[in-house]
Amino acid sequence: MSDKSRKTFLMIIFLCVLFILVWVSDKFLDEYTMRVIRTGLIYIIAAISYNLINGIAGQFSLGPNGFMALGGYMVALLMLPLEQKKFVWFLKPLIWPFNSFSFTKAFFPLAIFFGGMAGALGALVVGFPTLRLRGDYLAIATFGFSQIIIVLANNLISVTNGALGIKGVPEYANIYWCLAWAIITVLFTTNLANSSYGRAMKSIRDDEIAAESMGISIFKHKLLAFVVSGFFAGVSGGLMTSLITTISPSLFSFTMTFNLLIIIVLGGLGSITGSVITAFAFAILSELLRFVESPINLGPIYIPGIAGMRMLVFSFLLVVLMIFYRRGIFGEKELSWDWVLSRFGSKNHQGVKVCPGKTEHF
Amino acid sequence: MNASVFFQQLINGMSLGSLYALLAIGYTMVYGILRFINFAHSDIFMVGAYFAFFSIVIFRIPWPIAAILSIGLTALVGMAIDRVAYRPVRDAPRISALITAVGVSSFLENLGLVTVGARPKAFESPSFMSKLFHIGDAAITGVAIWVPVITLGFLIVMMYIVYKTKVGMAMRAVSTDIDATRLMGVDVDKVISYTFALGSALAAVGGILWACKYPKISPLMGVYPGWKAFTAAVVGGIGSIPGAMIGGFIIGLIEVMTVAISPGLSGYRDGVIFLVLVIFLLLRPTGILGETLKEKV
Amino acid sequence: MRRSVISFTVFTVLLSFMLFGVTTYSADPIRIGFNLEITGAVAGYGQMGWEGAQLVREFVPMEVLGRPVEFVLVDNKSDKVEASNATSRLIEKEKVVAIIGPMTSGAMIAAGDIAEKKQVPILGPSTTSPLATQGKEYVFRVCYTDPFQAEIGAKYAYEDLGARKAAVLFDIANDYCVTLGQYFKDSFEKQGGDIVVFTQCSAGDQDFSAQLTAIKNANPDVIYLPNYYEEVGLILRQAKDLGLTQPILSADGVDVDEIWGLAGSSIEGLMHTAHWHEKAGMTDVGKKYISAYKEKHGGEVNSFGALAADCVLLVLDAIERAGSTDPVKIQAALQATKDLDVVTGNISIADNTAVKSVVIREAKDGNWEFKSIVNP
Repeated sequence: MSDKSRKTFLMIIFLCVLFILVWVSDKFLDEYTMRVIRTGLIYIIAAISYNLINGIAGQFSLGPNGFMALGGYMVALLMLPLEQKKFVWFLKPLIWPFNSFSFTKAFFPLAIFFGGMAGALGALVVGFPTLRLRGDYLAIATFGFSQIIIVLANNLISVTNGALGIKGVPEYANIYWCLAWAIITVLFTTNLANSSYGRAMKSIRDDEIAAESMGISIFKHKLLAFVVSGFFAGVSGGLMTSLITTISPSLFSFTMTFNLLIIIVLGGLGSITGSVITAFAFAILSELLRFVESPINLGPIYIPGIAGMRMLVFSFLLVVLMIFYRRGIFGEKELSWDWVLSRFGSKNHQGVKVCPGKTEHF
Repeated sequence: MNASVFFQQLINGMSLGSLYALLAIGYTMVYGILRFINFAHSDIFMVGAYFAFFSIVIFRIPWPIAAILSIGLTALVGMAIDRVAYRPVRDAPRISALITAVGVSSFLENLGLVTVGARPKAFESPSFMSKLFHIGDAAITGVAIWVPVITLGFLIVMMYIVYKTKVGMAMRAVSTDIDATRLMGVDVDKVISYTFALGSALAAVGGILWACKYPKISPLMGVYPGWKAFTAAVVGGIGSIPGAMIGGFIIGLIEVMTVAISPGLSGYRDGVIFLVLVIFLLLRPTGILGETLKEKV
Repeated sequence: MRRSVISFTVFTVLLSFMLFGVTTYSADPIRIGFNLEITGAVAGYGQMGWEGAQLVREFVPMEVLGRPVEFVLVDNKSDKVEASNATSRLIEKEKVVAIIGPMTSGAMIAAGDIAEKKQVPILGPSTTSPLATQGKEYVFRVCYTDPFQAEIGAKYAYEDLGARKAAVLFDIANDYCVTLGQYFKDSFEKQGGDIVVFTQCSAGDQDFSAQLTAIKNANPDVIYLPNYYEEVGLILRQAKDLGLTQPILSADGVDVDEIWGLAGSSIEGLMHTAHWHEKAGMTDVGKKYISAYKEKHGGEVNSFGALAADCVLLVLDAIERAGSTDPVKIQAALQATKDLDVVTGNISIADNTAVKSVVIREAKDGNWEFKSIVNP
């Protein structure tokens, strides 16, 4: 069996195992746990999309929350049942065309796709002018744009219902859809990162001037990374909205971007596998670390809970990581089949180096 | 809008703008020397206000001493942040330094939430700050008069330090070429430390004056003033101290005039400020007074 | 390389232990869940609510149906995702019989959806948005809805204050303020009044001089400020500095002790629609609550804490009447609540909302003075 088909085979087996695992847990685990897992899968999509622009293309953006909001609002507007639309916009009526139709359950994947398109379109509009900027300036400009999106969401009451938000979005984002989109995101981004486009992006990250003198179109590749990232950010925003059945401008505040930043830094800037693992861990740890804040009652000893400790710990962690462990858990490396094979597989696979460039084996 | 209303709005804008200016100088100094946006500057501003709050309202230290004490303490906090968090990442890729700054900013905010709680506290401003003056129909509070005076005073002090002293010369040298400066035998880390101390002291002054004008302090009080002051620094030309001053007044005036022209659309006010920021970044990233910076190869 | 593999394995194993290995208690005490904003953007309200709820322990025996009552607090970080997860956690893991909180409508909309599906009653102390309870059987509120409160405010402004021209300044980023502002406008105009300035600010704003100057120029008879105490305090100071002398009317969001410090002497003459006043008749539990609050925290009581305390009393009463800890039966008992004395007055539940009188108070010499009462 050739190396490539062996890997495809392994991938199919892996996906089957994953599916069975999910099916079993859906059957036997309680809803709370499943909800945390779904949140984790959505974080995976958002984190990978953010890592694509920050880690792989090396452009520091502070605006993913804005693109997630675009996707979220798009999905909410498409999926919200008509009778619910009449009630929700009780201050000002909803504008055409959204007031005249709504998608049925069968069209949910299409709605998520449109959510992604909204994010991608937003990224195109934002990226086209701003990607000429470098470093800090880009960070500030993207932050500015995401803030403008939030201000618009608050003010355009006849589209977004303003601060009141939209409620009653059907909860179609079940575990299978979340998983499916997460897998699509991982596969698409991995393939993109290993393609010639991805290598061009990495070369821009490592040395923009050198890349330019090699004939790489800086702007085109940056914009591509930005738009793809915007698409998946929109998808994750749409799934998030469907998961919690409501959306308002405060859902996608800067805190969201901050959380994603911690995730991708911890996982390793540029490592997709790293993002997958830390995003999932983040969702679970956010729940587990609740005990840090709740009062602990050990018989005679009573430790009052300190509210806000979690975020303090996260911020501290971010700074410490940046100082001592800048590469994160995975650095830029990926957990790949080559690595798995070289560890557990037959000897003749040792030293096979398929992924070019920086995507090294462990 | 008649003349007296316009005049009042002008005063409103100027007094708001002068506070932004004070804060913008801190951003611009650190950026001018390190090419680094200190995201935590707005939170150092908050820390300064809290130091003043504790010394005046809780410990009942007389006003002038309390102000000097809190400015000094905040400068130390700024130096400490530089030493602990920023110095280790100085040679790392720029993205690491930025992420560190975002982390420090969030850390300070959450530290505030954990230690002093989320509920805002009322600040006691001295009577000369809250005294009212009338010019025709327009009303001016004492703070509105004092803030531009104090800002101007600090501007002169800053210009003196940067252009007339040895430390200032070293700062300018670091901003031009950090490696060459090190080779000349200048202790670069020390110079940067001084820069942070100065910038943080200014943030503290800004925080205290802000609390005098808007006597409500909370751990998140620095977030929006911080972004607007940063916008002011960009508009004025980041790296340029007089530019920060001009930018501050422009942002203050834009903010007030947006509302003055169409009160019904004042919900878009923050959006307008960010739009100005983005437009400047795109069309004139060097701002009004900034010099053109070449990216180093 | 090997080290990172080992540490990763250990990490995963630990994680799965922690996730699936959490043991639940035997269900001896009756557990009431609290899903509150303890941190995040609106942390103040959740903290006040928690204070108020815990205060109930001081004067009401924490025992129903012969079983002790236990409070379980989960922080929702003022965030919708966290509020959903927190609700799910309280129901599935903590096995609570009823949930109190979130304090804000936005988080309640997210949390209420889950509680409705799992058929566990959830009570909002200050979730005033009509959207919070719309189409929900298990979501309750113990405060008024925004349209109701705004209408009372508009009537008071038009009839009692005799105002014909009004100005409104509200926070566009806050659903509470937006709904109150819009309904005040509608109601005031319906009565024949004129809204001369309808202007916004945004959460986090600290300078309102531009909006206030525009209001001063339009010279209205009354200014309506349907915002939370954090903004109102500063607005009052700046209004006074600019020489605005019109009567100012606000809503129940200012009923927090801090308003006195934040507004300073500018608070004099501020009127607002509120939940209670001694002169409007105070219940026994209300008196006990106030004395317990003053003993424990000092200062004036706030309505957020009092409303959370109301929720606790309401749930305890419902469990008692239901004679069961089955959430479905508790929900039925809650809906049937009639003439129950709680901290902020005497309430009944209709349409899952507390029916109670509105008090109008005015700030005078460091105290809230009774102005008028509107009965439902």
